[in-house]
Amino acid sequence: MTADLFLINVAFYVVGAIALVGALIAVTAQNILRAALGLIVSFIGVAGVYFVLEAEFLGVVQILIYVGAIAVLILFAVMLTRGLMRGTGSAYNTQWMGAAFIALILFLLLGVVALGTRWNVVPRQVGDDVIPQIGTELMTTYLLPFEARSLLLLAVLVGAIVIARE
Amino acid sequence: MDILNSLFTNLYDWLAATIHSLLAGLGLTKDAESAIVAAIMGLIVVTVILLWMVLMVLILIWLERKNAARVQDRVGPNRVGPWGLLQPVADTVKMFIKEDIIPTNADKLVHTLAPIVTMAPAVLAFAVIPWGKGMFPADLNIGVLWVVAVGSIGTLGIFMAGYGSNNKFSLLGGMRGVAQAVSYEIPQVLTIVTIVLMTGTMSLVKIVESQGGWGGLQWYIFAFPVGPIAFVVFYLSSLAEVNRTPFDIPEGESEIVAGHHTEYSGMKWGLFYLAEYFNFFLVCCLGAILFFGGWQGPGFLPGYVWFILKVYFLIWVGMWIRMTWPRFRVDQLMGFAWKVLVPIALLNILLAGLRFDLFSLLRMMGLIS
Repeated sequence: MTADLFLINVAFYVVGAIALVGALIAVTAQNILRAALGLIVSFIGVAGVYFVLEAEFLGVVQILIYVGAIAVLILFAVMLTRGLMRGTGSAYNTQWMGAAFIALILFLLLGVVALGTRWNVVPRQVGDDVIPQIGTELMTTYLLPFEARSLLLLAVLVGAIVIARE
Repeated sequence: MDILNSLFTNLYDWLAATIHSLLAGLGLTKDAESAIVAAIMGLIVVTVILLWMVLMVLILIWLERKNAARVQDRVGPNRVGPWGLLQPVADTVKMFIKEDIIPTNADKLVHTLAPIVTMAPAVLAFAVIPWGKGMFPADLNIGVLWVVAVGSIGTLGIFMAGYGSNNKFSLLGGMRGVAQAVSYEIPQVLTIVTIVLMTGTMSLVKIVESQGGWGGLQWYIFAFPVGPIAFVVFYLSSLAEVNRTPFDIPEGESEIVAGHHTEYSGMKWGLFYLAEYFNFFLVCCLGAILFFGGWQGPGFLPGYVWFILKVYFLIWVGMWIRMTWPRFRVDQLMGFAWKVLVPIALLNILLAGLRFDLFSLLRMMGLIS
C-alpha cells in the first residue's frame, strides 16, 4: 500500500466515524435541539466522505444545501416549538423496538445490494472542469427529471405560502 | 517590478527548496520527502495567513474607531501609542484577562461550542482567496462555492449561541440572525452566479485572471449594466450577511441588549467579535475579486498591493455606511431582501444570460478578445 492510499484510507475512516457519531447523537440525544445539531455533524461527515472520494463539487453542495439551508430550517422549526428551554423528555418511546427492526432490515437490504452488485471499478477519467459537464448533462440528458423537480419545488413553495396565509 | 510582483512566490520557492535540501541527507524515499515538504510548507502558509488576518483585524478595529470618531466629530482613541494605534492591542489584553462566565441554566456544551463554530468557517473560507499573482493557498475549481458554503456554517454558530445561552434576548437575537442570514444569502449567491455566468468558471484565481485586459483594468464593475447592478446588490447583501449596521438587528442594542452574544464575556465574546471582522474582511475580499479585478491593476504597483488597496476601499465604504445610516426595522429588513434585492438579482442574471453587457457587446464587435 502506497503512502497516498494509506492516507486516503485513514481520512475515509475518520470522516466516516464523524458521520456515524453525528448520526448516533441525532437518534439518542434527549434534547431535540441537540439531536438536530448531531444531524448537522453527520451531514458534515458525509460531505467529508465526498471530499475524500474527490467529488469536491458534491461535497460543497452537500454543505451548502444540507448544512446551510436544510439544517438551519430544521433548527428554525425546532426554535418555534414550545418548551424549547426545558428538556423535552426521553427520546425513546414504546415503538423504538419496531423502528430498530425496520432500520436493521433496511440496513441488511442495502448491504446485500452493495456487496452483491458488480461495481464498475475502472476509473473513468473525469476532466478538470466537472461543473460545465454537470450543467450540460442537466440541460440535455436529464432535462425532464430536472424540470419535473423544479415544478415540484415550485408547487411546494406556492403551497407553503397558501398555508401560511390562512 | 517583476521582482516585487513575485517577491512572495519566490520566497515560498526558496523556502521549499531549502527544506528539501535539509531533508536530502536523511535518506528518505522521494515520495516521503516531498510529502513532508508539502506538509511543512502548508503549515507555514496557514500560519502566515492566520497571523496576517489577525493583524488585519487589529487594523480594522482601529480604523473603525477612528472612522466613527471622524463621522461623529470626535477625536477617537489617541492615548495608547501614536494616534491610538495600539488601542486594539490594549483591547485584546483586556479581553484575555476578563472572567469567563457561563450562565447556570445554559446548555454548557452548546454555549461553549458556539464561538468556535462561528470562528472556524470564517478562517476556512480564506483557503481560496488569491492575494496576488500566484499567491493563493489553494485553487479549487469550485472556489466561489466553497466560500459561500463554508460561510453558511457560520449561521449555525449564531443560532447555537442564541439557544445555548438560555436567555430570551439571546434566543430572539439568534432567531433574527438566522432569518436574516438565510434571506440575504440568496441575493448574494445570485449576484455571484452572474459573475460565474460571465466568466464561465468558479475558480477565484481564474476569475481574477479573466479581468486582466485593458492594462489590468477590465474589471467586471465596468461591464455595464450587469456588473454595477450586481456589485450593488452583492455589497448590500454582504453587509447584511455579516450583520453590520444598518443591518445589525440580530444584536440591536436598543431592543435586545446584544442579541446572540448577550451572555458571553471574555475571550468567547472576543471570538464572536473576531469572527465578525474576519467575515467583513472576507466579503470585501470577495467583492474586490469578483468586481474589482482582485490583484489586477496598472503595472506601477505590485498585484498584492492593488488587492489590499481595493479591499480597504470596500471596507472604508462599509464603515462609512455603518456610521451614517440608522438601523432597519425587522420587517423592513426582510422586505428589502425579498422584494427588492432578489428580483433585481434575478433580472440581472437574465441580462447576463442574454449577454447584455458592455464586455459581450465589445466582444461581438470584435473590439476585445
